[in-house]
Amino acid sequence: MTSSSASLFPRLAEEGGHAVPVIHQVPADGVFALLWVIIALPALGAAIILLGGGNRTKGFAHLLGCATVLGSFAISLVSFFALLGRDETDRSVGQFLWTWVDAGSFRADMALLYDPLSALFLLLITGVGSLIHLYSIGYMEHDERRARFFGYLNLFVAAMLMLVLSDNYLGVFLGWEGVGLASYLLIGFWQHKPSAAVAAKKAFVVNRVGDIGMALGTMLVFATFGTVAFAPVSEVAGEAPTATMTALGLLFLLAACGKSAQVPLQSWLLDAMEGPTPVSALIHAATMVTAGVYLVVRSNFIYDYTEVAQTAVVVVGTVTLLWGAIIGCAKDDIKKALAGSTMSQIGYMMLAAGLGPYGYAFAIFHLLTHGFFKANMFLGAGSVMHAMNDDVDMRHYGALQKAVPVTFLTFAMGYLAIIGFPGFSGFWSKDKIIEASFGESTLVGLCALVGAGITAFYMTRVMLMTFFGQKRWEEGVHPHESPKIMTVPLIVLAALSVLGGLLLFGDFVTDWLTPAVGAVAHHELAFAPWVFSLIVTVVVAVGVTIAWLTVGRNEVPRTAPQNVSFVTRAARADLYGDALNEELLMRPGDRFVTGLVGFDDKGVDGVVNGTGTAFAGMSGTFRKLQTGYVRSYALSVLSGAVLVVVALLAVNLT
Amino acid sequence: MDPTPFIGLSAILFTIGCIGVLVRRNAIVIFMCVELMLNASNLALVTFARVHGNLDGQVAAFFVMVVAAAEVVVGLAIIMTIFRTRRSASVDDASLLKY
Amino acid sequence: MFPWLTAALLLPILGAVVVALLPSPSGDQPRTDLPQKVALGFSLLTLLLVAVIGVGFDVGGERYQFTETYTWIESFGAHYALGVDGIGLTLVILTAILTPVVILASWRDGDNGRWGVNSFFAWMLALEGLAIGVFAAMDVFLFYVLFEATLIPIYFLIGGFGGARRSYAAVKFLLFSLLGGLLMLASVVGLYVVSASSEGGPTYLLTELAPITASIDTVTGRWLFLGFFIAFAIKAPMFPVHTWLPDVAQESTPGTSVLLVSILDKIGTFGMLRFCLGLFPEASQWATPVVLVLAVASVLYGGLVAIGQKSIPRLIAYTSVSHFGFIVMGIFVLNSYGQIGSTLYMFNHGLSTAALFLVTGFLINRRGSQLIGDFGGVEKVAPVLAGTFLVAGLSSLSLPGLSPFISEFLVLVGTFTHNWWYAVFAVLGIVLAALYILLTYQRTMTGPTVEAVRGMRDLNLREVGALAPLLLLIVVLGFFPKPLTAIIDPAVGHTLEQVGVSDPQPDVPAPTAAEEEINQ
Repeated sequence: MTSSSASLFPRLAEEGGHAVPVIHQVPADGVFALLWVIIALPALGAAIILLGGGNRTKGFAHLLGCATVLGSFAISLVSFFALLGRDETDRSVGQFLWTWVDAGSFRADMALLYDPLSALFLLLITGVGSLIHLYSIGYMEHDERRARFFGYLNLFVAAMLMLVLSDNYLGVFLGWEGVGLASYLLIGFWQHKPSAAVAAKKAFVVNRVGDIGMALGTMLVFATFGTVAFAPVSEVAGEAPTATMTALGLLFLLAACGKSAQVPLQSWLLDAMEGPTPVSALIHAATMVTAGVYLVVRSNFIYDYTEVAQTAVVVVGTVTLLWGAIIGCAKDDIKKALAGSTMSQIGYMMLAAGLGPYGYAFAIFHLLTHGFFKANMFLGAGSVMHAMNDDVDMRHYGALQKAVPVTFLTFAMGYLAIIGFPGFSGFWSKDKIIEASFGESTLVGLCALVGAGITAFYMTRVMLMTFFGQKRWEEGVHPHESPKIMTVPLIVLAALSVLGGLLLFGDFVTDWLTPAVGAVAHHELAFAPWVFSLIVTVVVAVGVTIAWLTVGRNEVPRTAPQNVSFVTRAARADLYGDALNEELLMRPGDRFVTGLVGFDDKGVDGVVNGTGTAFAGMSGTFRKLQTGYVRSYALSVLSGAVLVVVALLAVNLT
Repeated sequence: MDPTPFIGLSAILFTIGCIGVLVRRNAIVIFMCVELMLNASNLALVTFARVHGNLDGQVAAFFVMVVAAAEVVVGLAIIMTIFRTRRSASVDDASLLKY
Repeated sequence: MFPWLTAALLLPILGAVVVALLPSPSGDQPRTDLPQKVALGFSLLTLLLVAVIGVGFDVGGERYQFTETYTWIESFGAHYALGVDGIGLTLVILTAILTPVVILASWRDGDNGRWGVNSFFAWMLALEGLAIGVFAAMDVFLFYVLFEATLIPIYFLIGGFGGARRSYAAVKFLLFSLLGGLLMLASVVGLYVVSASSEGGPTYLLTELAPITASIDTVTGRWLFLGFFIAFAIKAPMFPVHTWLPDVAQESTPGTSVLLVSILDKIGTFGMLRFCLGLFPEASQWATPVVLVLAVASVLYGGLVAIGQKSIPRLIAYTSVSHFGFIVMGIFVLNSYGQIGSTLYMFNHGLSTAALFLVTGFLINRRGSQLIGDFGGVEKVAPVLAGTFLVAGLSSLSLPGLSPFISEFLVLVGTFTHNWWYAVFAVLGIVLAALYILLTYQRTMTGPTVEAVRGMRDLNLREVGALAPLLLLIVVLGFFPKPLTAIIDPAVGHTLEQVGVSDPQPDVPAPTAAEEEINQ
């Protein structure tokens, strides 16, 4: 730092009417010196459980797993309040651990950046993570490999914390792939089921496609700025050419699409529901899948300088929010319906993140509330499955509100939150995004509005099919409420789903994030905010009503009807995303690989072996000259001699 | 001295030997023909020594004689052995060493 | 000064002689495993010796250290000259680490060979000694002689121990290598001509030769470069001269495959870095575009063909073709990130491929089949085996946090800063890597346990002991590669200086002061 000093933070580079914040880190002291412990605790837990082996750690693995995450949560909480007590200018704390990669002028540190953005993520990850860990003690009780499950969960938490705490892109990449690995291991946890193993592999490979963006983006950052750390890049980002910034924005968007299951890399998320339900709640709803949103928001100093990439983010978000919502409408598998909803909700977040400084805070706000209510609903779904002997088909549910009252009530809180019932957390967060998207463009705004209506429809459908109507249970199923260890996390999450909106009280969350993501004067809107809220609420009410009219009033058939409209069939087939992948990538790829293997065996190696065969054939021909008859040898000696003489004469006589 | 008759005789002898090697099958006869060729070249060497007035050719002729003698020893022994094992002195019968 | 490198070269060879002279165990006596134990002892002693060299290496010191120079054949200008820079030292260390691991892992693999168990381990030790010599040679002639000499032990290891078609594989390997060696010999002779006509008379000593060849006639330099390069490309192996490797991997024992792919093949890429770039800077820059295209082709081709393989060792062989593509790419992008990455890659690839070959070797030994289709659900019966296979596989697909990631990323960074088009294509390799590893894992380890693997034993203590050091190093170096990058960095700096290139500068250099403040 040459001219500026720490007290000038955030130095806001005035650019096109909004301010792009520059990260200036202050050294970690006091409680912040313990930042590394937040990551180290779950990492240590994972190491002990996984290296110790399943049998030796069986007795204490679940306790250790919960304790490490709770410990991290405690430190995160203390750090959060410590950060709250700081001046707004000092809220970016950097902790250097060690130099990770040092090659020529390339350098990446194991260094942590604790700022308002990562602080919120820490609370979400460790907080919701702790609850889900506790829940898993009950949920996985009868699984003989529960110890390993907790090892993987701890590994995930450590990697996710690395992702949001690293102060450079390479460190984010480390966490990025770490969560991918944990997700792979956990989706395939019941790997004796071929479907689980395939889903796990699919998730990893699709994510790898996204990683191309992450890798190339990190390289481009280095090639452009000579460093991969956020702080120095944020300082000079404005000086880079727009084309570079656009390329960076699009590359990181590709990465985000992979991790956050956005169109066109959305296909893995629904299959990922093969994993145990707590995994779906923690990884595939509350935390990991939102990493893409984190990346975009964290890279605000890149996106703020490129309209093209921002537009691309908005388009991806908008398409995905509708895509996921439509899929959610047609699924009978409760987890898949929720997964479609997750896609859709992350679409909302991406949409908000693509709006620039105006939307970043709302994206994060929705991310937090979604983390609460979606984790709540997934765990609720897990509790229902628990009651129904692990059946996931909602057509076999019905009238469960009496059988599992706690689950029903907590699930209902989550339901009201996600559809945006006034006063619940989802109302505040989604409303803000829809409002902001109308500021961007009317079309996007309308899409977001329609999405809200569809959300209301499919969630009401889930609600009605699961808890109301007639009993359609399988024979021999006797639903019972889950044990306390599972219901208490549900209750806490339900409370958070209801009260999460308080984060917006007094614009707390937007002000809090301003140092990290910048702020902007509010858009001029066509109507007053309350009008928007009213419109959204009306649309939601319409969605609920349609669901009531189609699902609630009628008998739900126990098997899915086949003579349905094209739209329903398409939605059941995930809008043909898998089919498209199969036709465009997998089959041609398969053929290409088979062809290439043949080419290698017959072509490349054929040339090699052909050369050998040619020489063998040649020698086979020539050796026939060795007849064994002395006189023929003598003749060849004579002809040789004559030849020599003739040659000599020819040379000498001319 | 006119070397032409000597050289002519040498050439005739050599040709006879050469043809003999090529057309006869009996190992002994071939052997004799080889000797004939060697002696033909000896005659030429001695003639040239005489023409040039030095001893180089004669020395070479001696070498050839010595080599021929050694050849007779080894060659006859081989022929004898082959005859004993195969009851034949025809070189065409001894064509085992081939492709 | 004590001749450390000569000692490191001779100690394994001495061990080879001792092991060869030990009484062969005959059928009726109880097995004493004496040859194995003695061989392991010698390889561990060598490791200790190399560790001393590593500790004694002064990072800030001379480029070449532990040098020994004696005139060998004066009229050729050939010397017995040894010495290591950071690059050579890295590979010497790799050799010293892998040999004991391989011996431990191959404990029983020499039992059913064409020759006695003694010869199996004797050849391994001989190979170790020769490989150390190759990596430490400071004289082109000595390098050539040792380069060719390594073929002898590996030929016997392939041809004597392994599958049914091992003779075919051994001959194919030998012919490929000899073809390359012949081209290199032509260039070595050419170097003699060049140096004999210079002022100082003939010399093969690297330090004396480099200044002479730096100002060599352009056309001559390019021809000589080609001779070396093709030999190294065959050794590496690069597309399209790679087809010997899958056959060898399929037929030989896992231990032999490790020695071949993890150590001997590195001579190819090491040679490119040391000799192609060090002696022919102009020609290297001239050849860069073609070499890079071939390297990217290797990356993608190896990956794609690996996906289609049915036999596990063949699959690993093709992944190595892909990985060697990365290594060559990093070398020829001619900047420090790429070359540090490549050198590190050689080391990391040595570790990860060794782990992969060995663990799949254990798997294949138990089942008696190499075919992926013959396995299924192994995880259920042998979780430790499956776990180590997964970690080894993940390191092969360059998962961040494991050491190969750093090297692969640095190579890609180097490529990107050189010309981003190559990087865009090469980066597709990471998707292919995920596919070939995870598909194999899915097909062999997961799903319902097939009848044939039911009752399969999990890894025993010896097998875990062989794999543990590799996996430990992979993880530790994944988070703390500094010990290696620190010694590689100056050596790469010297190489680039010889070529006369420097790193590209960022367009918008960001201030690094902010980081420094935090670091204090």
